Amino acid sequence: MLTYVLSKLMRAAVTMLITVSLVFTFIRFSGDPAAALAPPDAPQEVIDQYAEQMGLDKPFWVQYSGYIGGLMVGEFGYSVHTGRAVEELFLERLPYTLQLGGCAFLIALLFGIPLGSLAAVNRASKLDRLVMGFSVFAFAMPNFLFGLIIILTSALWFQIYLGGEGANVLFPALTLGLASMGGFARFTRSSLLEIINAPFMRAAEARGIPFMRRLIRHAAPNAAIPLVTLVGLSIGGLIAGSVVTEQVFAWPGVGQLLIRSVATRDLAMVQFLVLAVAFTMVLANLLVDTLYLLIDPRIRVR
Amino acid sequence: MTKVGARDAPTLLVSDLTVGLPPDGDRKFAVENASLAVMAGQTRCLVGESGSGKSVIGNAILGMLPDALPQLSGSVALHGENLPKQRDPAFNSIRSARIATIFQDASASLNPIKRIGKQLAEILQVHGFDASSHKDRIRDVLAAVRLDEPDRIMRAYPHQISGGQAQRVVIAGALLLKPSLLIADEPTTALDVTTQAGILKLIADLKKELGLAVLFVTHDFGVVAEIADHVSVMKDGVIVEHGAAADILTSPQHAYTQKLIAAAQPSAPDKPITAAEELLQAQDINLVYRSGGLLNRQRTHAVRNVSLEIAKGQTLGLVGESGSGKSSLARALLRLEETDSGTIRYNGHNITHLAGPDLQRLRKSIQVVLQDPYSALNPRKLVRASIAEGPIIHGMPKKKAYARAEELLELTGLSSTAGQRYPHEFSGGQRQRICIARALALEPELLVADEAVSALDVSVQAQILKLFADMQNRFGFAMLFITHDLRVARAVCDDIIVMKSGEVLERGTVTSVFTHPSHDYTKALLAAAPTSDFLALRGK
Repeated sequence: MLTYVLSKLMRAAVTMLITVSLVFTFIRFSGDPAAALAPPDAPQEVIDQYAEQMGLDKPFWVQYSGYIGGLMVGEFGYSVHTGRAVEELFLERLPYTLQLGGCAFLIALLFGIPLGSLAAVNRASKLDRLVMGFSVFAFAMPNFLFGLIIILTSALWFQIYLGGEGANVLFPALTLGLASMGGFARFTRSSLLEIINAPFMRAAEARGIPFMRRLIRHAAPNAAIPLVTLVGLSIGGLIAGSVVTEQVFAWPGVGQLLIRSVATRDLAMVQFLVLAVAFTMVLANLLVDTLYLLIDPRIRVR
Repeated sequence: MTKVGARDAPTLLVSDLTVGLPPDGDRKFAVENASLAVMAGQTRCLVGESGSGKSVIGNAILGMLPDALPQLSGSVALHGENLPKQRDPAFNSIRSARIATIFQDASASLNPIKRIGKQLAEILQVHGFDASSHKDRIRDVLAAVRLDEPDRIMRAYPHQISGGQAQRVVIAGALLLKPSLLIADEPTTALDVTTQAGILKLIADLKKELGLAVLFVTHDFGVVAEIADHVSVMKDGVIVEHGAAADILTSPQHAYTQKLIAAAQPSAPDKPITAAEELLQAQDINLVYRSGGLLNRQRTHAVRNVSLEIAKGQTLGLVGESGSGKSSLARALLRLEETDSGTIRYNGHNITHLAGPDLQRLRKSIQVVLQDPYSALNPRKLVRASIAEGPIIHGMPKKKAYARAEELLELTGLSSTAGQRYPHEFSGGQRQRICIARALALEPELLVADEAVSALDVSVQAQILKLFADMQNRFGFAMLFITHDLRVARAVCDDIIVMKSGEVLERGTVTSVFTHPSHDYTKALLAAAPTSDFLALRGK
């Protein structure tokens, strides 16, 4: 069990190192940030001066080792636009994104899993088809489209103007959470159906264990095993979706910051944000692997 | 229904039970007018092949028939008292408490993520037993099914115990509430012969000790001979013959029963012994599997110093229980697995490290027939395309290959038009014929059959074994026949090698191994095999 955790941790560390290197390399080669920063008609000397200031004139390896060295001591660099530390800007936005992502995640879980279970238990019924139809719709609809529909209808019919500072988190969270909810519902259904038809469920019935107890004590924990994987993976989808949703609802979160930084080639900021996303994904995966240990004894004890 | 005197009232009485099938089924009823009785302290075997409806009767008694299989008429009574209608929640207090069940795959009938002790305790809990007494009761019942270290078993998860132990655990669970009827649905089919013998003896002992009525569902007349007091034989949903076990086994009346019994004891064919030339020789083969990552490396020594020869036109049987290394050895001989040491010679050439086009040519002359005819054929390919694929790859014109495929289908007992259909349109036995036709299409010198009849019903098994023999006579290929089933080995092999834990324990001609086994393990295997001369065993 200790070796399991250690090997997962090692893998996580390697993943992070590879991501850091890739991000660093690709951003260097995707265009000259000094030129983008300087005014459009600036002479070459000005651009060179910018480059020198940011250390972009040094050889690639010197820049790379400097950057890695900085990361080790918590030096993530400075935003070229505001001159402030990137982590400071990030932390300012983070609570908004956590609020939005957290609410969306809760909506997805709290509706997706019960709906999927309901569909599985009432398989091939009208209810099943209704739930699955709705799931496919929610899953297939692009985030921004759903967001725009919500904004439009509320503005036109109720004269409520959503978005901006102090706006309610409910609607952007609904927009973001609905897509994941569709996925969760579909997956819960198929995973539960598979377990319900497993021989040990029949054996439990033959032992006189009542229906609800079979479902909750026997089927649900087994069906949760594959579901944990999906939930972990869906964190990535939530992050991607939050970029779009924040833009649509003018929600002042990390997603908006990312779009702005990319548009203005704010090198250190983009680098930091990509790392933060990668770190979140690695963390989510680590969490999933640890959860496996808790719910599946076939991994825990050999 | 008339009440019978309590003393001779049967524990279970099924009268005129009829169960429907969905309209698209291959017959009208899953079970038609079936009646049977099981007395306390006696075992009735319900015998039939897959699809005969024998398990449907078991499910009907438990009130577990699915909606697709409605009970149309008839009744099931326990101690003279009619049971509730199908799927009635009232059944929850009857199941396990009065009627207990054990299934074919015991490991699969335990929840994989719960400790065994907890799963057993749950049975007591849902039937209203006081939690304080759980542990002692479970420990007692685990001891009653002859499991050593009951405390370790209680703490274990299902994946930590063997198949035989799992079946004992399931039996323990079935006995916890002291039921009067035990329904055993093919409980030993998934087990090795020695384990099977242990479980059969356990069920027989418990029946005697506890006065249980046992309804034992099986397809295997070998098992019937070991355990039955009474027998009911089923075919296509109808009970075609009933009677005392001794009568049915010695003088079966119905033609179908006769066929089943004959299929359970194939006799050794007399093959002329030819001065044979060696086709395949293997010397001191070792095969080690390595698994695990950087931190937890594991080694499994699957094959240890095995040597063998197969002569042209002869059949060598490789016999052993699961995990004995017989399939690993076959994979090594086929060059599907790299050996760690040893030499393999084929027609006198060293093929141990053959590669590239030479290996490709070798593959053409060694063909395989696998256990599961369902997964061995590409479901999206027409049968004739599957058969012709090999010859086409090796350079035969398409037209000729298809004509050859049709010819082979006829030779293997199918119609030549079968080639224009898809695999799902055929039964298991027919598919195995297709697989054999496919193997023969490349005119192999050596045919490897890896448990090729193990997934088939006994009567189909006999037909396929005969087909192997016929084809061998016609084409003269050598065979490596891998099986765990001694009676199958006896029916087709010239020589036999017995394997255990990757090592060869015994080798010799079929006659010498079967009549004078020298190793204790072989003797145990022979003794455990349920059909070893069961008529003699029944001669009392």
